[in-house]
This record gives sequence, C-alpha cells and structure tokens, in this order.
Amino acid sequence: MAKYIIKRVLLAVVTLWLIATITFILMNMVPGGPFLAEKAPSEATLKALNEKYGLDKPLIVQYGNYMSRLLRGDMGPSIKQRGRTVNQIISNGFKVSARVGGISVLVAVLIGITLGSIAAMNRSKWIDNVIIVVSTCGIAVPSFVVSTVLMIVFSVKLKLLPTYGLSSPLHYIMPVMALSFYPTAYITRLMRSSMLEVLGQDYMRTARAKGLSQFKMLFKHALRNAILPVVTYLGPLLAYTLTGSFVVEKIFTIPGLGNDFISSITNRDYTLIMGTTIFLAALIVTMNLMVDIAYKLIDPRIKLK
Amino acid sequence: MTKEKNPLSLQLDVSDFLPADSEEKQSLVVMRKSVSFWRDGMRRFKRNKIAMVSFAVIIIIMIFAFIGPVIYPYSYEQQIRGSENLAPMEYSEQELELMAQGQSVFPHFLGTDSLGRDIMIRLMMGSRVSLLVGIVASALVLLIGSLYGAIAGYFGGKVDLVMMRIVDIIYTVPDILIIILLMVTLKYPLENLANNVPGFSWINTIGVGLICIFIVFALLYWVGMARIVRSQILTLKEQEFVTAAKALGASHGRIIRKHLLTNCMGALIVTTTLQIPSSIFTESFLSFIGIGVAAPMPSLGSMASQAISGITSYPHRLLAPAIMISLIILSFNLIGDGLRDAFDPKLKD
Repeated sequence: MAKYIIKRVLLAVVTLWLIATITFILMNMVPGGPFLAEKAPSEATLKALNEKYGLDKPLIVQYGNYMSRLLRGDMGPSIKQRGRTVNQIISNGFKVSARVGGISVLVAVLIGITLGSIAAMNRSKWIDNVIIVVSTCGIAVPSFVVSTVLMIVFSVKLKLLPTYGLSSPLHYIMPVMALSFYPTAYITRLMRSSMLEVLGQDYMRTARAKGLSQFKMLFKHALRNAILPVVTYLGPLLAYTLTGSFVVEKIFTIPGLGNDFISSITNRDYTLIMGTTIFLAALIVTMNLMVDIAYKLIDPRIKLK
Repeated sequence: MTKEKNPLSLQLDVSDFLPADSEEKQSLVVMRKSVSFWRDGMRRFKRNKIAMVSFAVIIIIMIFAFIGPVIYPYSYEQQIRGSENLAPMEYSEQELELMAQGQSVFPHFLGTDSLGRDIMIRLMMGSRVSLLVGIVASALVLLIGSLYGAIAGYFGGKVDLVMMRIVDIIYTVPDILIIILLMVTLKYPLENLANNVPGFSWINTIGVGLICIFIVFALLYWVGMARIVRSQILTLKEQEFVTAAKALGASHGRIIRKHLLTNCMGALIVTTTLQIPSSIFTESFLSFIGIGVAAPMPSLGSMASQAISGITSYPHRLLAPAIMISLIILSFNLIGDGLRDAFDPKLKD
C-alpha cells in the first residue's frame, strides 16, 4: 500500500511540475508578450512594465523565479485587472464555484445512485426503460445546451427562476441542474450496470435465503458493493464539474472561477490564465489521487501492486 | 483369434489405411463458408435496430452537412442586406418585392441571424465542422494510440515501463485545461506559419482553429487508446501464431501490423467510434466559450453561443444547433454501443 501511495504521489508531483512547465513555455511562446494590446504602450512604459514583472531577464531565470514563487503559492499580480493578485481572484472565484460545484456533485451522486438502483431493481420494466432512455439521451447533451434550454423554459417562458447571479437559493437551481445533468445521467448508467452485476451475485442469494429484509439486503449488501464504480468516477466527475462550470457560469453570469478563467482567456490576461490553469490542475490531480487511494482502501478485493 | 495388440508395438494397423467411405468424406465437406470475424460482427451489428437507426441518422446528417451546402443557394458567410433577424420561412421586404416581380427567392428555412446570414446553411457548415473534428480527431487518436500501445505492449520490459509512465502522466493531466491553454497559444505560431512560410498556406484553407483542435486532440486523447491496445497486445503476443510468425522470420513491424493489431480490431473499432462523440463534445465546448473554430466559419458551439444574447426573441436560433449537436453525439454513442456489443462483447460493462 505504501509503495502504491508513494508511486501515485510521485506521479502527481511530476504531472503538476509538467503542467506548470508547459504553461510557462506556452505563455512565453505568445509573440509580443502579455502587454501588447490593441493600443500599444510606449517603448518606455513597455520597458518599465517588463522590468516590474521581471520579463527582461533571460527565460531560464524567469522560469526559476516563476517556479520558486509558485512553490510558495504566489501566482503574482493580474496583468489586466490592476491592483488584484491572481491569488485574490482565484480565492474569491473559487469560493463561489466550489459552492455551486459541490452542490452539483452531491446532487449528481445522490440522484444518479438512486435512479440507477431503481432501474436495476426493476429490470426490463417500464421504469427501467424510461431511465435508460433518459440517461442515454442525457449523456449526449452538452452542458451549454442544458443551461440554455433551462433558461428558455424556466426564465423566459414560465418566468419562475432568475437568470443571473447567485443572490438567493432560487438562483442556484438552474446552474446546479445544468451542471449535474450530464454526470447524473452518467452515474445512473454506471450504477445500473454495476447494481445488475451485484444483484446476480451468490451472496445476494445467500442474503435472501437468510431471510434478510428487503431494506437490509439493499443497503447492507447490494448498495455497498455496487457503489464502487461510482467512487472511481468521482475524479473525472470533479474535472467535468470544473470545466462545465466555465460554460454554466458564463451563461448564468455567476462570479466564479470558471467565469474568471473564460474572461481571462478573452482578455489575454496571461498571469491569470496561468494561475487558474495550475490551480485547477492541482485540484483535479489531487482529487484524483485521493479518490484512487480511497478506492484501494475501501475495496479490499483490489490487489495492491 | 486376433491376438490382443501389444500397446508398445510399432506394427501398423492396416484398417487405418482403407479408403474412406462416403459417410466419412461427408464430414470433411465444408457445409457453410466460415464466417470471418468482420462479417460475424457486422451481422450482429445489423441486427441491432437502435444502432442501425443511429447509423442512418448519421448518414443523413453527413449528406446534410457535406452535400447540402453545395446545392444550397446561400453561402455561410454571405450577409444579405435587409434580411437581418428573419424568423423561419419569413421573407424580407426586398425579397418580397423580388418575388412580386416574378423572381423566385429561396426561402430561409431557419431564418437569418443578426448579420443577415442564413441560419440553415450555417447549421450545415457547423455540422460539417463537428463531423470533421470528430472523425479526423478519432483517426489521429487511432493512429497514434494503437501504434504507441502496440509498441509498448510488444516490446515490453523497459520500453514498456518508460512508455507507459509517459501515458500515465498525460492521463493525469486535466485535458480540457491543457487544450484551452494550447488553443490560446498555438494560434499565433500557426497563423504566422500559414501567412509567412511558403508551403503552409493550406492551413488557411482549413482554418487555424480546426488545425489547432486537431493538434491538441492528437496530443492528448491518444492515451486511452494506447492503454487499451497495450493490454490486448500483452496477452496476444504470448500466443502461438506470434511465435510461428517469429520463427518464420517476420520483422517486428510486420508482426505488429499484420498479426497483433489485426487481432485487436474489435477494441480498435469500438474505442475509435466512441472517441468521435467525445471529440465533438469538446469541440462544441471550445467553440462555445469562444476559442474553437474561428469566425466566420460557424460551429454548432459558436452558433449556440451567439444565439444566447437573443434567447428571448429568437429561441429557435439556439435550439437548432443544440438539437443538431445532441443528435450527432447521441447517434455516435448509440453506434458505438452497438459496435461494442457486436465486436467486443467483453468490453460491455
């Protein structure tokens, strides 16, 4: 186990280092540097700016500075938003995104597991067929489509829900629905097939033969075993939620990290792009690592190499 | 008075050498043509109604996307003055005038957008972009992933270790983030290449955005394919036919191409098909956030994105690309599932 964890942690560290380096190289490949806007600044200003941000030094020194600052958790100032550091922008945005994203993950997992189990337990009945059809269509619809259709229906036609911001619990309904739509459908499919497999196992027959109640059989035996594939999906789910939030936050004008990221791309705010990429990558890589280790821990049947 | 035959005796039994009678001959006649792997899979695939319907849908969309623009009278970048913001099947005043004079005006089936561009033709071109991205990206993934996985699996040992460590690292990289980063930064060098270096002007005809997408997908998405192929090759390479091929002096390249990769055809077909919708998904996402295919070339994602501002008055502008993209992804998903059941039942979860 220790060996596995060490290997995975090393891999994660290498990955993060690689991402940071790639980000640095890519950002330096852009011709003209970060200060070249439509209105070109004067020679002197450019020089002063370059000096201020340390861009006049040779690349390798810049790389060293950048990495050492990064290790201390300092991502530098934002180039386009004067007076704000990338750290501030990220921490403000992340608070908002984490709330919306966290609720979406929770909703997706709970509804997905419930629907998947219901479908598996009523195999080939009408309810199973309905769930299959809906979830198969669900994984084919991009989140921007879900968001906008929700908006047309609930805000434009029915005028029930507010379209932008996050000022009341009502505001959360549409973004959360849009973000959790795809993962819910995915988990439902995953849970259904895994539940079907578990229900066919010998220990389920034994449980029934022992005279266990339906409730106990379901919660003590079936669910606990069937839920394992869903655990492995948690890592990709987080990554999906983060990237999905780019679109959903843009559509519903939520002041989250995704929105910041998208606007930093359109504004060409390079330090912010860099900082956000590395922050999100670190988050995803760490979560994946934790999920994988947790998976090995909760399922003793998996051999540790 | 036949003596019990000594089991150790080498004396031949004459009865073994009698001519075969007709009944025995019958058993050697090939009653049915042996069914090849491909044909067997296709037969199963054809029986799958859902997959066949999806296949038909994709064919129709392909005709719509590739042949439609050829016969359609408007072009995707043509801005028709005075015909801005038309509703579906609506004619502008100028067009009505022309019609009154007896000229025939082709209707705008889905209306026009705020710049007076016909939405139907943009939908066709957008679907074309989506399909192209899906198919070309999958072909690249298939090429890189299968070769990489096959080489790692076949040679094993240190080669495998190093190659698979690289795969592991790319696998843990959050793909969308790197794709966005690459898309943002690759644009300039590519534009530079297309405009200033002779021999690269073809980049402009395809579009920098599309080339960017192909490059980044090819860089990142092959790892899943490589893993699957490698695990198949690991078991395949121990089999007798590989030893036989080696004994006959076949080169490594030939063994990989002719014997190993052909034997994991099932997994290759299924993984490639399922790669298509996921590439389309990503492309529409990128175009939606504004860094995919460059304007004026439409993409389903960018069309949806542009339609959001007018969502209250013109919801059809959003629904058309939205329905199209969902239909394409759904059909490819269902075809992929059908192919998996037909060619590689083991992969079924």
